[in-house]
Amino acid sequence: MNTLTRAKRWIGKHLILGLGILVLIYTFVPIAIVVLMSFNDSSKSRNVYKFQQFTFDNWLHPGRWADGMLDSVMLSIYIALCATVIATILGTLAAFAMVRHRFVGRKAANIIIFLPMASPEIVMGSSLLALFVAAGFGGQLGFWTILIAHVMFCLSFVVVTVKARLSGLDDNLEQAAMDLYATEAQTFWRVTFPLVLPGIVGAALLSFSLSFDDFIITNLNSGQEVTFPMFVYGANQRGVPMEVNVIGTAMFVIAITIVLVGELARRRQEKALAA
Amino acid sequence: MSPAAEATTSTARAGSRDLRLSQLTKEYATFTAVKSLDLVVPQGQFFALLGPSGCGKTTTLRMVAGLDTPTSGTIHLGETEVTYEKPYKRPVNTVFQNYALFPHLDIADNVAFGLKRRGIKDVKKQVADMLELVELTSQAHKKPPQMSGGQQQRVALARALINKPEVLLLDEPLGALDLKLRRGMQLELKRIQTEVGLTFVHVTHDQEEAMTMADTVAVMNQGVIEQMGAPIELYENPRTTFVANFLGQSNLIAGEIEGRDGDQVKVRVQGALASVPGDRAHSESGKGWLGIRPEKVLIAEAGQPIDAPGDVITGGYVTDVSFVGVSTQYTVRMPWDQELMVFEQNTGARAMLPVGTKVDISWRPEYAFLLDASQDAKAGIEED
Amino acid sequence: MATLDDVAAPKAKRKLTGYWLILPGALWLAVFFVIPFYSLISTSLFDPKGSVLTGYDMTWHFSNYVDAIDQYKGQIWRSLWYAGVATALCLVIGYVLAYAIAFKAGRWKNLMLVLVIAPFFTSFLLRTLSWKLILADDGFVVDALQTVHLLGDDGRLLATPFAVIAGLTYNFLPFMVLPLYASLEKIDIRLIEASSDLYASPLRGFLKVTLPLSMPGVVAGTLLTFIPAAGDYVNAQLLGSPNTRMVGNTIQSLFTTQGDYAAAGALSVTLMIIIVGAVLMYVRTAGTEDLV
Ligand SMILES: Nc1ncnc2c1ncn2[C@@H]1O[C@H](COP(=O)(O)OP(=O)(O)OP(=O)(O)O)[C@@H](O)[C@H]1O
Ligand SMILES: [Mg+2]
Repeated sequence: MNTLTRAKRWIGKHLILGLGILVLIYTFVPIAIVVLMSFNDSSKSRNVYKFQQFTFDNWLHPGRWADGMLDSVMLSIYIALCATVIATILGTLAAFAMVRHRFVGRKAANIIIFLPMASPEIVMGSSLLALFVAAGFGGQLGFWTILIAHVMFCLSFVVVTVKARLSGLDDNLEQAAMDLYATEAQTFWRVTFPLVLPGIVGAALLSFSLSFDDFIITNLNSGQEVTFPMFVYGANQRGVPMEVNVIGTAMFVIAITIVLVGELARRRQEKALAA
Repeated sequence: MSPAAEATTSTARAGSRDLRLSQLTKEYATFTAVKSLDLVVPQGQFFALLGPSGCGKTTTLRMVAGLDTPTSGTIHLGETEVTYEKPYKRPVNTVFQNYALFPHLDIADNVAFGLKRRGIKDVKKQVADMLELVELTSQAHKKPPQMSGGQQQRVALARALINKPEVLLLDEPLGALDLKLRRGMQLELKRIQTEVGLTFVHVTHDQEEAMTMADTVAVMNQGVIEQMGAPIELYENPRTTFVANFLGQSNLIAGEIEGRDGDQVKVRVQGALASVPGDRAHSESGKGWLGIRPEKVLIAEAGQPIDAPGDVITGGYVTDVSFVGVSTQYTVRMPWDQELMVFEQNTGARAMLPVGTKVDISWRPEYAFLLDASQDAKAGIEED
Repeated sequence: MATLDDVAAPKAKRKLTGYWLILPGALWLAVFFVIPFYSLISTSLFDPKGSVLTGYDMTWHFSNYVDAIDQYKGQIWRSLWYAGVATALCLVIGYVLAYAIAFKAGRWKNLMLVLVIAPFFTSFLLRTLSWKLILADDGFVVDALQTVHLLGDDGRLLATPFAVIAGLTYNFLPFMVLPLYASLEKIDIRLIEASSDLYASPLRGFLKVTLPLSMPGVVAGTLLTFIPAAGDYVNAQLLGSPNTRMVGNTIQSLFTTQGDYAAAGALSVTLMIIIVGAVLMYVRTAGTEDLV
């Protein structure tokens, strides 16, 4: 009887946590399938998206079946890198302006920065396409138009992320630096920048993954270019090559590794210091 | 006051590096934090700025450091005006109220920050010495968030001290320390200050700290300095009810001032006639508050002789007694319904007077002070 | 609050720096986000007789709207409906998860937060394709449901509204969890404990205290889920059938395969107007206006 009440209490205490963990598991089911399918041998019947036989072939020769796939991955990486660099720089500058400066039109700027996050991608993509066509670039859609679009939708996320970090910064720190003989420039590079850097890095990682993964806007503005998400979408209509799952799994593993290594390094350092 | 202190409190001497604030004012949109402040802090002095929360202490320090621009008024260091000088060009350093340690730098780098910015190359030795001084040598490679509040405070102190500024501003630098460490740091600070001969402007809530450490104490209230002087002078001869109540405790009894009689001022309090030395009377006509510190009041059972009688008032009775070891604190209700505090040394000469005892009280006229009755008698009493 | 600039920079220079810093980013958004809306609107008023080959004439052809709405009202309706259901599901599931992370996870908090965003690290399309596999006609989910007779023998999940809504719910869940978590985390746990003394049941305590305090997160989360979901067409395309086409599918195919820019533009503008209208109404009733 005692154990029963105890069990009841235990369940009451852990019910919500348990449900939360179930939700998390649910979010990982499709990823497990991506990983699983990356070992699937689909050479017998390509049109069935179903696990048939275990093989390492997809990992060993990811470019074997899908000719365009590796090109599309390279293109996606290249675009994501360019978009990340541009969006991170512009967005960081804008975040500094928003937090540190008072100027006429600040409210309007705030709204313009917020809106892209609140607009459906299909609308943003189609308006951009309308602009390109109206400006006479309808025939030249491709790398540059994709890049422009990606910078556009990454920018807002960069501004928001950096802004959060920056406004959380204690301005006493900069004042202390100035009090300790640091000029404005030294204060910026020795104190402000290092403290905001984690926010900037976070924003850059976010930009990269948003850009790499974007489909809807890209698809409307890509012309003849094929990015990785477009390749997957197109392949779906012909029968998905299992190699795309290799890319998906690799991306996931790389990203998780980066996060874990970063976290471990941080913990390690903390422990060493605390000792 | 010692002759040396006397000399330094006088106006700025030629060639000295006194800190002079004149007519310094800071207004915010709806609020004046500092009002026409005039202040001279002589070079090499330990100066304490004491006042209740929100009275403008931090604001004043920030203007001296160059972190806030005054609305009007000037700040001089010796002959140089620094009112609008950039903070990094002033030979002034601050120990911030919330420490403001750089979280991304370890302790040694925090301490070395100022020296490095001034282009000093080999800072190792100085940093090591400084950390030794604040007893943090073993923590040199920790980062600030991993330290206790008291340790952080010591780092903040070391980080400012290492620069040997002409003026060191300390905004409640010992607030987070426990009593023992605090006493230790007080001595340490005082020693460093005398040794290096820096001017210290020390902001604190703690009156005991201000009185034991400072050469000069300024009591600030609502953006103005109420009174400034040597600790003893402030305590013994307060000029406003605020100072009388904020520094220690005071009994303030309403009276009619009868006027000057030689070097005494006569006051009629509740029927009795009392006198106050002329230099302690800060009002000479109309109504006034007769002030007397509780430890200066003598008490005896009604009708019994009082040791060293001065002005006497009779007809009170004890409503509360508390024994605090070295002394006994009586609350005495007077015929006009005011309660007075009386602290008596526990010399053992007489047994404690129980509650309800009818008593007479008395005090030496030279310890009384007289204040203008237009002030609130409760000003400066810390309600908690 | 005094900022560094109040101290450091002379007034005139201070003002200009702000402009220089914001200029590149703001210009980019003005040219590639704001002006395109203008182009879109003018496109939506093109003469529908034009084509990519012959070019378009801008003829203030307002009837494009009437035609588009008339022809595609089914899709518009369906989009709002699917997105609404998906958002509601996300809210329920996401609230549980956000609550568990904020109050129950203890030292696993950070790990769980990372896990919430981890799915983002694989392609959105690949994850959606995985659902295709999970819900496939001969997949174990369908098998299981058929065994317990929740689904008829020839019943299916794939290519049904269920599949599309499941996909939308899955894909936009993190957009719900993160703002919810952010607002729950700000709540002082002591308030919740105090409420357990005041209200008889934990449920009442939750309804009276926790839920109202987390309202900003609920509003932000539902918007961030609903808006992209309403414009999405990937889920409908990969998991649905021609009967589950959403307005996004239509806009996309009008633009890319049919080349009917006028209708596509009109439909796009309509979608935007509906969403802005719905958002404004929702924000008004939810009573949170400081979202920006
Ligand atoms: N930016 C500001 N705008 C308006 N009022 C301000 C501003 N900064 C400070 N004040 C007000 O100025 C007054 C003085 O503040 P200050 O920080 O100098 O107090 P303080 O004496 O240091 O108090 P404490 O002992 O609590 O640190 C306070 O009432 C404060 O509310
Ligand atoms: Mg202060």
